[in-house]
Amino acid sequence: MKYIDEFRDGDGARHIAAKIAAEVRTDLSYNFMEFCGGHTHAISRYGIADMLPANVRMIHGPGCPVCVLPIGRVDLAIRLALERGVMLCTYGDTMRVPASDNLSLIKAKARGADIRMVYSASDALKLAEQNPEREVVFFAIGFETTTPPTALVIRDAAARAVKNFSVLCCHVLTPSAITHILESAEVRQLGTVPIDGFIGPAHVSIIIGSQPYEHFAEEYRKPVVITGFEPLDVMQGILMLVRQVNAGQAVVENEFSRVVTRDGNLAAQNLVSQVFELRESFEWRGLGEVPYSALKIRPAFAEWDAERKFDLHYASVPDHKQCECGAILRGVKRPQDCKLFGTVCTPESPMGSCMVSNEGACAAHYSYGRFRDIAVVAASASA
Amino acid sequence: MTTKKNYLRPIDFKHGHIDMTHGAGGRAAAQLVNELFARAFDNEYLNQGHDGALLPFPTGGRLVMATDGHVISPLFFPGGDIGCLSVHGTVNDVAMSGAKPLYLAASFILEEGFALADLKRIVESMAAAARDAGVPIVTGDTKVVEKGKGDGVFISTTGVGVVPDGLCIDGRQARVGDVILVSGTMGEHGVAVMSLRESLEFETAIESDTAALHTLVQAMLQALPDPGALHVLRDPTRGGLATTLNEIATQSQVGMAIEEALIPVLPQVEAACELLGLDPLYVANEGKLIAICAPEVADTLLAAMRAHPLGQGAQRIGTVTQDAHCFVQMSTRFGGRRVVDWLSGEQLPRIC
Repeated sequence: MKYIDEFRDGDGARHIAAKIAAEVRTDLSYNFMEFCGGHTHAISRYGIADMLPANVRMIHGPGCPVCVLPIGRVDLAIRLALERGVMLCTYGDTMRVPASDNLSLIKAKARGADIRMVYSASDALKLAEQNPEREVVFFAIGFETTTPPTALVIRDAAARAVKNFSVLCCHVLTPSAITHILESAEVRQLGTVPIDGFIGPAHVSIIIGSQPYEHFAEEYRKPVVITGFEPLDVMQGILMLVRQVNAGQAVVENEFSRVVTRDGNLAAQNLVSQVFELRESFEWRGLGEVPYSALKIRPAFAEWDAERKFDLHYASVPDHKQCECGAILRGVKRPQDCKLFGTVCTPESPMGSCMVSNEGACAAHYSYGRFRDIAVVAASASA
Repeated sequence: MTTKKNYLRPIDFKHGHIDMTHGAGGRAAAQLVNELFARAFDNEYLNQGHDGALLPFPTGGRLVMATDGHVISPLFFPGGDIGCLSVHGTVNDVAMSGAKPLYLAASFILEEGFALADLKRIVESMAAAARDAGVPIVTGDTKVVEKGKGDGVFISTTGVGVVPDGLCIDGRQARVGDVILVSGTMGEHGVAVMSLRESLEFETAIESDTAALHTLVQAMLQALPDPGALHVLRDPTRGGLATTLNEIATQSQVGMAIEEALIPVLPQVEAACELLGLDPLYVANEGKLIAICAPEVADTLLAAMRAHPLGQGAQRIGTVTQDAHCFVQMSTRFGGRRVVDWLSGEQLPRIC
């Protein structure tokens, strides 16, 4: 495939891997957090960890949209579908996120709820127009990448006066999550999570630009390299971070310059700010309440806000006691450190959200990388 | 006094629809059987008109039986329809034990209101597929459910075949060191069906690979001086190549090592999967098989496959390894290694 294969080329990968190996200093360790689930997925799927020196370690961050969705939010959606009889539309990955009472959207569907998987927000609006007798709710999740399409359908629904359509908005913001991690006790005081740099978001940065990360580089002295989701992008991003660490630098660099600019997509930013405003606080799975970290629908579009329309009230629900998704999302633990991983928690029956989407740290490690854990165990047993 | 000529108004296959009387066992049901099914499937065993078909029993060998329900949506897709699919699916299940398929039975669950024109098209496609495969549909059944309780038509087919004595091809026979072959490109069926799905429609020239594979299997067996060197045959349908390899690995208690660069996938399938967020290794096939054989016959087998029209794109993709955890591991084109796991969840519902 033109424009894809070039970024998955094995020779190119070996070339960059050799450079990384040559340039890392043996007296240093390099701990880089990749914020996005897209990077987590690429690292696992292409076996990138195999190509890095032992002292270059990747820490999975919280940037998987379904992983950070707290149980209470999924509960709201499930109740809308089961008790209020709405047609609930959402993206595929959201369907299996575990919620209260052993339910998920897919299990609620089996109990008779009308839940539809859509590929785009506009499909949900189309369903509302095709079914004027039904209340249709779009369960909107995701970071800045999926926010503009949601803004667009809300604006379209208002323009076309589609009265039976509303949006349950759970859109969250990347920079506030990064700040939260950098401010956390583990990173700041305890130093249990050493972070020497960030592989910065790819698609999110197309929308918001590279400028919002400059603050992290300056304020927290952390290098950030905005990096594409293809495996060669990730390798190149790691090499750039290694070079910054070696030079004692902390600046924002843009590996993904073929699409990311400093200012981002201004038209999309405009549209988003027309329709949405900041929430004072939003609960993230794993991170807890994070101030100004999510969006809500502006009062001007209240008619299309499912929270107002159905008078919904958010109630926080704690995760399973042994589930380590929270610590994994903060980079404190690795998937294989969780007792539930690979035993009661698998992609078939996820207990925690990180096991749901293929961008989740646990699902990625389970599906693509878990043979490494076993190889380690076997080697030490025979030694 | 005049005697009226016996006259039965023919079924209107242009504008008519299935109604509840077609499943009631009365005159309307009999007429549907006579004017559609019996006429299309026409063979000496079906024409016996019994509830059950009386069939000559093959001497020697063992009987193989397989059954398969077909609920695909949409009913018509590029490269085929539920009719031919329901023949190919069951013929292939029988053939994967190395058997020669002999007879098929078919059961139809029709939904009230289903257009007779569509039913006729499906039944004729099914008849053509059975004729091409040389496997007659010898008995059948038709039921009708109320509107809203079905989805047009569901077809369940059962097949029997005979496998020669001494031949033992099954999922438990893969051995460490064996070679893994596939008969052609992966993922066309799933992508062809997906291209028509509501809200996903995209224009594509990709056609389903649906086909009966028993002649390919026979050609493969004939090419081997000792057919016992062919250990496993399986068609990677739902869950695709990845899931089927995992099934075999678990059944045989072995591991597998495959190479991504060797797995044949059409560029347009790869592109469609990229767009839809699917992995071609998990997408269904309906006209491909996986063969696992002793290493010394791999080249002979590969040549025999490539000489058959349904195996022209055959490739060697990896080997069977020793692995207590039964992992299927893949060297990526990129240069890393990863697990190729079972399909989890539902990637493409109602694909066959």
